[in-house]
Amino acid sequence: MSTVLEILTAVTLIIGAIFTLVGSYGLLKLDDPMKRLHAPTKAGTLGVGALITASILHSFATGGNSVHEVLIVAFLFVTAPISAHFISKVNIHRKRCETPPPPPEDTSWATLGPSDGPAS
Amino acid sequence: MATSDDTDRPSLLRRLFPHPLLTILLVIVWLVIANSFTLNSLVLGTILGILIPFFTYPYWPNVPTGFRAGKMIAYIGLVIWDIIVANIAVAWIVMTKRNADMRSTWVTIPLDLRKPEAITVLAGTITLTPGTVSADLSDEGHSLLVHALDAESPEAVRYEIKERYERRLKEIFE
Repeated sequence: MSTVLEILTAVTLIIGAIFTLVGSYGLLKLDDPMKRLHAPTKAGTLGVGALITASILHSFATGGNSVHEVLIVAFLFVTAPISAHFISKVNIHRKRCETPPPPPEDTSWATLGPSDGPAS
Repeated sequence: MATSDDTDRPSLLRRLFPHPLLTILLVIVWLVIANSFTLNSLVLGTILGILIPFFTYPYWPNVPTGFRAGKMIAYIGLVIWDIIVANIAVAWIVMTKRNADMRSTWVTIPLDLRKPEAITVLAGTITLTPGTVSADLSDEGHSLLVHALDAESPEAVRYEIKERYERRLKEIFE
């Protein structure tokens, strides 16, 4: 039983490491600030998720039986989109990327503000 | 401690337990933090789970109503599965496609959701699924701006998000 868990631990560790590596590679390779934002979402979701799963499996293999790692994933999943949202708002605001098309409803995007009137 | 004589007065019960779901969530989180299922941590977690919603109640003027927890659990399962699938797809795109070949584009999504909690969960889901990042909300909050790393067309991304996530969130929250 513990051998199976150890093999699973190793497999999940490798999966997590691969996705973290691909995320870091993407951060270097991609050329546009908005494109670059996509790379850390991989390291932040499946990368961390697999590494945390490895930690839980390891604790069960050694008899520690701990699950509080789940909270790391839960809190990360709640907070990571907010920081990504802020980074993209900064990108739009500083015109580091292509200006987005106008919204299908309402007058403008929250970051850009009214295009013709005085910016407030 | 407050259950025996309050069950026949629902208004007081409502005041003592303003957020029953938050109470349950806090007890579960406390048990997971304590990392042991013992009577000690269960009692302390229950006390915290009752006291925290009670004292923070004035800061939550609009209590979300009509939340379907069972469907939310099914939705979380769907999103985790999508995260795994999309991770592999995006990792393949990053490793194999040249920058110039990526058809990255803005996608604008008109929202049917109106509750702020539902829109927040939708935007979070979009960002957590690799390949799409929610970038901005329109000034009145009726459309969402999404950036896609490599998309066939903006229409396809829009259709998938509306059909796969927004429709389910509408059932959960509204």
